[in-house]
This record gives sequence, C-alpha cells and structure tokens, in this order.
Amino acid sequence: MENGRIVRVNGPLVVADNMKNAQMYEVVEVGEMRLVGEITRIEGDRAFIQVYEDTSGIKPGETVYRTGAPLSAELGPGMLGQIFDGLERPLGRIAELINNPFVARGVKVPSLDRQKKWHFVPRIKKGDKLSPGDIIGTVQETGLIEHRILVPPNKHGTVKEVVKEGDYTVEETIAVLDMEGDEVPLTMMQKWPVRIPRPFKEKLEPSEPLLTGVRVLDTIFPLAKGGTAAIPGPFGAGKTVTLQSLAKWSSAKIIIYVGCGERGNEMTDELRAFPTLKDPWTGRPLLERTILVANTSNMPVAAREASIYVGVTLGEYFRDQGYDVLVVADSTTRWAEALRDLGGRMEEMPAEEGFPSYLASRLAEYYERAGKVRTIGSDERHGSVTLASAVSPPGGDFTEPVTSNTLRFVRVFWPLDVNLARARHFPAVNWIQGFSSYVDLVAKWWTTNVDPDWKTMRDFMVKTLIREDELKQIVRLVGPESLAEKDKLALEEARIIKEAFLKQNAYDEIDAFASPQKQARMMRLIYLYHQLAQPLVEKGITVKQITEKITVVSDIIRSKASIKNDELQKFDELEKTLKSQFEQLSKQGA
Amino acid sequence: MEKTINVREYSNISSIRGTLMVIQGVTDAAYNELVQIELPNGEKRRGIVVDSYLGNAVVQVFEGTTGISPSSSTVKFLGRGLEVKISDEMLGRIFSPLGDPLDAGPPVISGEKRDINGSAINPAVREYPEEFIQTGISAIDGMNPLLRGQKLPIYSGSGLPGNILAAQIAKQATVLGEESNFAVVFGAIGIRYDEALFFRKFFEETGAINRVAMIMSLANEPPMTKILTPRTALTLAEYLAFEKEMHVLAILIDMTNYCEALREISASKEEIPGRGGYPGYMYTDLATIYERAGKVKGKKGSITQMPILTMPNDDMTHPIPDLTGYITEGQIVLDRALYNKGIYPPINVLMSLSRLGKDGIGEGKTREDHKDLQNQLFASYARAIDTRGLAAIIGEDSLSEVDKKYLLFGEAFERKFIMQGVNENRSVETTLDIGWDVLSILPESELTNIKTSYIKKYHPAYRGKK
Repeated sequence: MENGRIVRVNGPLVVADNMKNAQMYEVVEVGEMRLVGEITRIEGDRAFIQVYEDTSGIKPGETVYRTGAPLSAELGPGMLGQIFDGLERPLGRIAELINNPFVARGVKVPSLDRQKKWHFVPRIKKGDKLSPGDIIGTVQETGLIEHRILVPPNKHGTVKEVVKEGDYTVEETIAVLDMEGDEVPLTMMQKWPVRIPRPFKEKLEPSEPLLTGVRVLDTIFPLAKGGTAAIPGPFGAGKTVTLQSLAKWSSAKIIIYVGCGERGNEMTDELRAFPTLKDPWTGRPLLERTILVANTSNMPVAAREASIYVGVTLGEYFRDQGYDVLVVADSTTRWAEALRDLGGRMEEMPAEEGFPSYLASRLAEYYERAGKVRTIGSDERHGSVTLASAVSPPGGDFTEPVTSNTLRFVRVFWPLDVNLARARHFPAVNWIQGFSSYVDLVAKWWTTNVDPDWKTMRDFMVKTLIREDELKQIVRLVGPESLAEKDKLALEEARIIKEAFLKQNAYDEIDAFASPQKQARMMRLIYLYHQLAQPLVEKGITVKQITEKITVVSDIIRSKASIKNDELQKFDELEKTLKSQFEQLSKQGA
Repeated sequence: MEKTINVREYSNISSIRGTLMVIQGVTDAAYNELVQIELPNGEKRRGIVVDSYLGNAVVQVFEGTTGISPSSSTVKFLGRGLEVKISDEMLGRIFSPLGDPLDAGPPVISGEKRDINGSAINPAVREYPEEFIQTGISAIDGMNPLLRGQKLPIYSGSGLPGNILAAQIAKQATVLGEESNFAVVFGAIGIRYDEALFFRKFFEETGAINRVAMIMSLANEPPMTKILTPRTALTLAEYLAFEKEMHVLAILIDMTNYCEALREISASKEEIPGRGGYPGYMYTDLATIYERAGKVKGKKGSITQMPILTMPNDDMTHPIPDLTGYITEGQIVLDRALYNKGIYPPINVLMSLSRLGKDGIGEGKTREDHKDLQNQLFASYARAIDTRGLAAIIGEDSLSEVDKKYLLFGEAFERKFIMQGVNENRSVETTLDIGWDVLSILPESELTNIKTSYIKKYHPAYRGKK
C-alpha cells in the first residue's frame, strides 16, 4: 500500500499528501513514532488525519503509513474486567509493559491478550449449516458471564471442521466454514468497525424496566432495557455518582462504562471498588460483568471522540450474544467538545456555540444504537443495549446545544438540580423537570411482579410533589400558616416522600441499593399515611396535631437505611405502629 | 520529545503578529519544537512551533515580539521540545517558568531535564486517594475534607482572602499520625508583586520556606510565560513526588490569570472563540494541568493540588470556575456575604464540595460519627438558610418554634463552626465536637441523619454520661 508524506502538523490535525487511494475513516500510522490516526477528510491527494496521540515532535516530511482498514474494535474473550483507552488499548497491560505511570505514545499492544488460553466448549458439529450470529461455542469467561462465540455478521456456511473442547487462544482457528466454496477459518476473536452499528433482525419495544436500585429512577422516572436516558447537570450535582450507581446496581447483565473526557481518579475508584463490590442480583464481584473504557480529560482529544463508539460497539457485541447491556457514557458534552475542537482545526463552518453543524446528527446516530432487538442468529435471542449518558452543560444551562439536542433523542430525562445538591438532597434529580416515557410500558411489569397498586401509588407521589411545588410559591408569599389544612397535609406528605423515598445515600451500605420490593413497601407506607391522615384532616384534626402524634414518621424516614432488602417483614411492624398511632389520634380527636 | 534533530538556523521571518511569527523555508519544524530567536542586540528569546507546514513554521514567542525585526533577527530550531531542568535543589528557591533563578541564588546544577507538558497518568496505575489531610480548618476538615492526592481548588473573589486561606492550609496541612516527607510547590501565575511578596514573607516567617519551591511569573509578563508557569511547577511536583518520594502540595495561584493568558494567545492565533471569548479547547487545556495530581501504584509520593482562582464578578457559572469545577474533585467556595459579616474563613460550605472526602473520613480514619455528623450539618444548615429566607419575607415571629431554632443554629454554625482565627489550627476532634455543640441547639428529633448510637455517644446532652 502506498504511504503518504506529512505536509502539515497542527496539534491533533495532520495533513498528508500522496494519499489519493486512501479511504475515509481509514486508520493510519503517523510519523516515525507511528502514532495512530484516522482520516477524516480527503481533498485531492491530501488526507486530513485526526491523530489519537500527542503530536509533539512530529514534523513535515515524515511518512504516513496506511493500514487500509477503518477503526475497528477487537471483540472476543478477555474484555471483561479490563480497562481500555478510547481506542480499546488495554491500559493495564500497557502499564505492565512500559513500567511507567504515564501513558506513553506509539505503544502497540493488541486489545485482546494473544497468549491467554480460554476454555472453549463447541456447540456445533461438522456439517451444520450456520448463519451469521449463530453460536459456535461458549467460553465461561468469568463466574458471571458465559461468553458466546458467534459467527461474525458477514460470514455463514457449512461447518467443515470444528475443534474439540479445550483451551485455545483468541487467534487459533476453532472452526472452518465452507462459505460458498471458500474456506473461512473462524477464531474466537472478531473485528468490527466501531462507527458502523452491528446488524440485528428487528427492533422491539422496550417493556422491561432496567432496575437500578435507585428509588427516584426506578419508581418516578423508570428506564427500560433498550432505552435511552440523559443525565444533565452542572458540576457537583452528582452526575458521576448517579452513573456509578447505575453501573454498580443496575439489572443489566453487562456494563460498559465509558469515561469520556472525565477525571482519572473516577476510573480508579471503579477499578478499586468493583472487584470487591457484589452485584446485588447475582452476588458475584461487579468487575466480572464490567468493561471500562477510559479516556480521561487530559488524554488526547481525538481518542475521546472515538471512545463512545468503541464503548457502544462492545455493547452491541454482547447484545448479539443475547444479553442486556448498559452503556454508560460520562460525559457526552466532552465528546461533543472533542468534535468541536477537531472541526475547528479542520476549519469547518461552526454552527451554534462553535459546535459543528453535524452535532445533532452524530448524537442521533449514537442514541439510535440503543434498543431491544431480536438478534441475528437462527435461534431466537433477544438482547438489548441501553444508553445512559451524562451531559455537562456549561454553567448548568440546559438550553445549550448539547443538552437541547440530546433531549430530542432520549426518552428518559434525569435532570440534576444544583439547589437540591447543595442541600445535600441526593440523588438530586429534579422531579418537576424530569420525565420518562417508559412509565406506562414498564407499569405492567411492576404490577405483575411487585405490587398491583404500583401505578396508583407512584402517581400519588408524583401528584403530591407537583402540588407541593405550587404550594411552595404561595408559602413564599404569605407564609405557611395561611394555608388550608389539606394543603398543609400535602406539604407534610411531600416532605415524607422526599426524606424517606427520594433521598438516597449512595454510600450507605443498606440504602445504596433498594430492591423493587423494598421500594414498593416504602411507597405503600407513605401511601398508607396519606390514606389515614386525609380523613382525619377532613374531620378537623390539624396537621400540627398529626405531626406531633404520629412519631413513627421519623422511623419511616430512617427505614431506608435501617431495613435491609431481605428483611422486609420489618415494614409490617412500621405499618402496625402507623395504624395504631392514627387510631389513637382519631379517638382523642373524636 | 524522544528524538534528537540537529539545530537549524533560519533568518527569513515572513510575518510577525502579536506573539506569533511565521518563518519561511522551514521544511522540518517539529510540532512543539523549541526555537531560539536572536535579536540584533544579542538578546535571546524562546518560542515553540505551534503549526508546522512543509515550507512554513508558525512560532509562538514566549517573551513577546517587541523589538524583533524580520530582517535582522535569526531563528534557531533547537531540535527538542520545551524542557526545563528540574531538581530538588529548587526547594527553598524561586525560579522563572523556564528554570532561571529569580532569587540571588545560582542556577540549578543537578537534576534532570524534563518536558514540562508532561504526560497523562495511566488510569490503570492510579491509586485512589484515601488519606485524610488535616488542614486545621473546620469548614474544610469537617464538611469538605481534603485527601492526599486530591485536586481541590479554592474559588475566591476579588478582595476575598483566598491567598490567606491558601497560605494557612500550606502551613497547617498534616496527615494524621504521620511525620512525612512534605514539600510545597508554589506556582504563582501572573500574580501582582505585592502578592508574591506576601507569600514569600509568610513562608519565611513561618519557617516553611525550606520546603517550598516557587515558580513565578508576574502580572506584567507576556502571556506565554503564564501558560508555562503551572506546567513547570507541576513538572517539579511530579519529579519530587514520583522520583524523590515526597508528598507534594501544589498550589497554583491564580488560574484566572492563566485562562486570561490562554484567551489572549488564542485570539492572536485567530481561533474560533467559545463561550466568553475563551478558546473551545479550554476544558481540555485545563485538564492537562489539573489532572497532574494524584497517587500512583508503586510510588510513595503524591501530589495534592490546590489551584486558586478568582471568580469574575463572583459568578460561579463564568467559564473559568465552571470548567474548573467539571475537572477538579470538588471546590472550596468563598462567599462575599460571609466575608462582609466578618467571618473568616468565609467558606460557603453548601456551595463547596469535596468529591473524595467521603473516602477519607469515618471510623479508623477520623472518627466514626464524622459522616453522619457531616450529613446532618449540611442538611440542617441548608434548612437554616431556607428559613432565613422565609423569615425575611414573613417575619421571624410567624415562624414555627422549630424554625426559630433553625435560625439560631444557622447563626451558631457560622460564628462558632466556620469562623476561626488565621492562626487557629483545630484538630479534627475539636472540629467535630464544635459541630455537635451547635447541633445541640436543635431538638433531638430533627437529627434524622445521625445514627441513634452516635447521638447517645457524642451529643452534648449525653456526652460523658455512661
């Protein structure tokens, strides 16, 4: 393949000539240091290359080496529990190799370990006719995940040979297909260009909730498996903590956490905590189902742009195996800024706030890769990719281009409110601005599996919170004393909802994860309070009397951190006390 | 830069604009290569290549282009990146960002040359910060704790005592139960002369000067030297931490000056401006500074970073504090209203945040009740502030009994807990006990964030009773 010659170096942008036969988005190696880059524009025989590593020291006249292939991810056993950079380079193994705490340039280490042997159990035999996506065999990659080795999407044919059960590396041939006369060897590893969505048979409507153990998310603004969610918020409002809660506790089978232009220590936090933290659904260490893609804020900006595509491609690969995958991206604003930076250097015409005009279509392309699908393969498998992304609007202004465009493409909106955060109300999801268009879709799951009154109770809580918001405006004008008693009751109920239900301490051992059953029990208690208090208020008992006599309320508030998920019978006790206290009050009042 | 290239000399400067120069006929200028410009009078200046074409190189001159004439100046391309000689000899001394002594002392002899741009720390080898640093300041230790390896900025405002607070922290900071190999690297970015004098005097008077290295550029120097100052300071910090196994506190003051310089240079390069005229890549640029903090596996030392910035018009949503907050692990915010009330340090604890603090406090680290107490103080003080707002509208008399207690609590919290002397160094136990004292103003039933067992043990109503 012909090589090019560098004619200009401007930061991450390198221009080379003699590149007439290059393709768009082809990966090239730049200069004698062989830095990785990608072609993003071609003019005549000149190619514009976005380089994924620091270009200091690169000079005009040096060679650009072509590879002929687009930026691709290696997919196969050996990804789980790893930390990769934005180009899927294994950071852990790089650190071992260079024995230096810093990220070095031009280091070439394959994404998947070539030496490691995996125990492969074949599921096919000679003569089987295989379609794209069919399962060739399995590898028990971690205690939690059975890695299903699939026929790549572009291959099919009759099995000519297949190896016996045994230990193989990702490069060894495990089967040979006869694909219309051609012999096609298959390995456990396949490659896929990250900017192209992997194929599937059909998209289905999301109907099952992606449970997170975070009450305000699960009950008030639920997310469905295969859905999309955005978490915008100014700094300090708790975006990262919320995303980490998702990564830790959500009911997805595989978690891919893309740290896109964020803090180095946050990735370290997960690397440190995930081997010891247990998945609440299976009791296995979280790291067994997690892949980290880390391109921290100080790492080269072009690789940041690539990192979310790498993340979602890994997600689609596991989806095709029939798993529910959650891809968390923190933060898409940093990704959009990378687009802006690179667009500016290419001297493209900027649109709103300097962002390139294709920002909206890139965001749409990304979020459209979410979904619950019928996967390729002849057996009927369903899998899903759920996308949850943080957005970091400058100054907390939700009207800026990244937030406002993101809102067009997501169906769940968890806006974080800095005022709630300052009052240490976490998770600081604003219940007035937030929305979820999956409420009705997932209600069926909740009413069948958890509590038949789920929808009624949830709607009661939402209504009370909205009512409180209106009443607070009145209170600000005339003070709380002039409110009608039933409105005072609404305020008190809203207080209990906020204190007992919405507030959740992500760092408390018991409170961090609330099972759906626990959430429903807590909600039922609050609803019961409402059912018992309302008739009394109508009978003329003041809210002041209620708050003085119903002392069990502070135990109800504490119950989130005092009652474990497996001792829900303790709620019976609280319910009994609540009822008896109201009974007494009712007698005294009468 | 890994490779060495020969030194090449050129004299065909084709244009000069602002601090940028274009040199023609250059075919092999490396990106970020260091150049030396020699003026007819023998003066030497330095610059770096910011854009390199086949046949043209654009050079950014550090010391400004005043007096450079295209016809009589020569430009040498030095074949290496911007490197500064770094050494532990620099402790106790003052240097320019290019490594030249600014005090009366000799130049650095030993040590090693390092590229001041540094490299990103591999996230896989970072070690998570967990050691509590006792700053002796209640609003920080009690509410927003600082950990070793954290980057925690101070958001100051014009005229607010950000400098005094930084100096007090530098003086008092200790890790509980440890006598350590401790150093302060002080990056003074475009500061006023009187500020430079204040810090110098402060470190001399407190006897700390021998463990402080200052890298300094003054307000009237060209913008490029301000861009280099934090980079040189952090290169020194990295050397001391990861080669000499020291625990380094890197103080950068004032990052607002840095960002102004960045904007000035960006404008001179005719780049498309982002919000507030600051370049669109300011987030990434700031990240390459702030992320140079932390601990790594296999090395004993650490870098704790405390940048100080001035919020223009006290506006926290201004691009400088805004982008900083998105990168750093929290922020300590100074508040003009508290300052006007006569409270030092005027730290607004509700707007402040320490993202890592939770991992360095509690049983075995500070005291078992610390987390609960901190939560309760936050929640109660937030309610006190709300109540204060309400009282201003409807009058104190129409408040409920409980709300009146909250008003009292709010006052006491500010006057007793937050407020302390410039030389007052409180132990963390003292801080927590003061926290309990002010909380005892509230009825016990309001303390829903604290475990009952801690109330029985630490609440003044029970303290000492068994």
